[in-house]
Parts: sequence; C-alpha cells; structure tokens
Amino acid sequence: MSFDAIDAWWWPFLFILVAGWLATDTWRYLGVYFGGRISEDSDVLVLVRSVATALVAAVIANLIFFPGGALAESPLALRLAASIAGFAAYIFGGRRVLVGIVVAEAVFVGGWFALG
Amino acid sequence: MRGVAAAYSVPGLILVSAFVGFAGLAKETGLTVIETVFMVAVVWALPAKVVLIGAILSNASIFAAAFAVALSSIRLMPMVVALVPEMRTPTTRPWVLYLLSHFVAVTSWVLALERFRHVPPDMRTTFYAGLGGMLVLNNMIVVAVVYMVAEQLPPVASAALFLLTPMYFLTSLWGSARERAAHVAMVLGLGLGPVFHVLLPGFDLLAAGLIGGLAAYGWHRYARRRAAP
Repeated sequence: MSFDAIDAWWWPFLFILVAGWLATDTWRYLGVYFGGRISEDSDVLVLVRSVATALVAAVIANLIFFPGGALAESPLALRLAASIAGFAAYIFGGRRVLVGIVVAEAVFVGGWFALG
Repeated sequence: MRGVAAAYSVPGLILVSAFVGFAGLAKETGLTVIETVFMVAVVWALPAKVVLIGAILSNASIFAAAFAVALSSIRLMPMVVALVPEMRTPTTRPWVLYLLSHFVAVTSWVLALERFRHVPPDMRTTFYAGLGGMLVLNNMIVVAVVYMVAEQLPPVASAALFLLTPMYFLTSLWGSARERAAHVAMVLGLGLGPVFHVLLPGFDLLAAGLIGGLAAYGWHRYARRRAAP
C-alpha cells in the first residue's frame, strides 16, 4: 500500500489526502476545538514537540545523506561541508535563516565547480 | 488587505525559497505537477509535506506515512490553540475558525502573532484569511512554475535547489525551538535518521522521531530535576 502500489490516477491523490491532509488538519481542528484548554508550557507539549522535532530532523539528515536526483551526484563530503558551513553561519551570523541558506548554497556551488 | 500585504515580507520570501526547493524535491520523487500542487493546497505545512515525501521515497505504506506525518504535525494543535483566542470575538462563527485553521503553519503563524496587535480584534479573522490564503495561493503558483522550468536547469542549479529544503529546515527548526529539549531532540534526530535509514528502512522516520524525542524529553525531565533546589 505504498505510493506506487496501485496504478490508478486517483491513488496518489487518496494517498496524499489520507497521509497528508487527514494527518495534518485533524490536529488543526483539534486545536480549534481545545482552543485555550491546554497550557502552552505543559509538560505533555514538551514531549510532543521533542518527538516532532526529532522526526523532522531525521528527514533533514536523510535529505543530506541520501538525496535524490541531481544532488545525489555530488559527494557526501561536499553536502556535509555546505550544510555545516551554512548552519555555522546561521548560528554566528545573528540567527538569520537567509544567511545560513546563502552561505550553504555558496559553499556548495563553489565546491561543485572546484571539484569539476 | 493588510493581511495580503503581510504575505510579502521577509518571512514570506524565505518561505517562497523553501517552496522552490520543495518543488524540486517533489519532481525528483516522481510526483506529477498536479499531485505536487494538490499537496501544497491540502497539506500546506512544509515539514509535513517533506515528511510525506520522505515516506513516499522510503516506500512506506499509506498507514506508516500517515502515522509519520501525524507525528510530525502534532505541533499544529498547540499552535492553533495559541492562535484561536487572539482571533475569536463573541460574534465569530466556529466554522470560520475551522476553515482558517487550515492556513496554520510556521510562517503564517509567526507573522500573525507578530502583526495581530496592530489589527483590531474584529478584523483579525479577515486579516488572517488574507495572509494565509495569499501565502498558500502564492506558493501553489511558485511550485507549479518551478516544477515546469526545473527541467531546463543545469545539474548544479537543480542540485543547489535540492539543498534549499534541508538548509531551510536546519536553520528555522533550530530557531523555532521553545526549550533546550528541542535542540537535543534535533541533534538526536539528525544523527538517528541516517542510522535508521540503513537499519530500519520504511520505519526510519518513526524510529528516529520516537527514540530521539523520548530521549530528549527524558533529558528535559532530568535537567529540570537537577536545576530544582
């Protein structure tokens, strides 16, 4: 029952609706329903945020370690160097997302051409 | 109208760059342009979409994918919980709030909380409809256009395009952390993701999220107990 499992035009849309829309909007609707009953700094929310953060972080790392397409043709060391440089620039450059992205891209593109 | 204008701000532009990256990611995953734009419209939150793409890439079943996306999106609930009291007036109809809650994702949420104090309370639902609707619509167009031109890009440009998504999240996820535990969780997730990708293909995201998240929460409890007198 994976994304490519059923060869019908509607299957990808059903997959996106169930695994995407239902899995996100349910939380949003519950948020409206509970509106105000849960304290923002309750301990349960720390756990919830921790799991969500670790999960998204795992996705980020996998995109850098096991990318698809054109990015897969670059050496892992270059992708790591660009990511680390970008993150360091973000941390030391006043925590601006744009600074981190620009530095990472500059290192990556520079390295791509330097390596031929 | 002011809500529409707020969509064209620095956070709004950074979000566009992240969606440029997302379009490239979706294309490489093999999604059609219609599926990609559909995904932007119905899911909207970018982390959820990237997790969904990750699940599609690792050949996860529809249930494992839904579970991973749901786990990554629980945070939407407290975000909505925080936003609703600011928009609600005694005359607001509940269905308006349910409808508007679909626009809740990191960028629109941060912008709304920042700008709401300059907006009269009875205008806030209208403001948020303009802001959220504009962000969604804009990025649906951005994704469609980028998807279509991505073909003609030289390899270095499309590789650089792919790097946008992880870099956007690497930095904004770190910056959005409320407490130290989130930073711990992020470092653990970054390390565990690739490890489980090799050890537990198909369940890598769930395993890294649950184990990394629980460990970070354990650290949070431990650190607080030590800090308490």
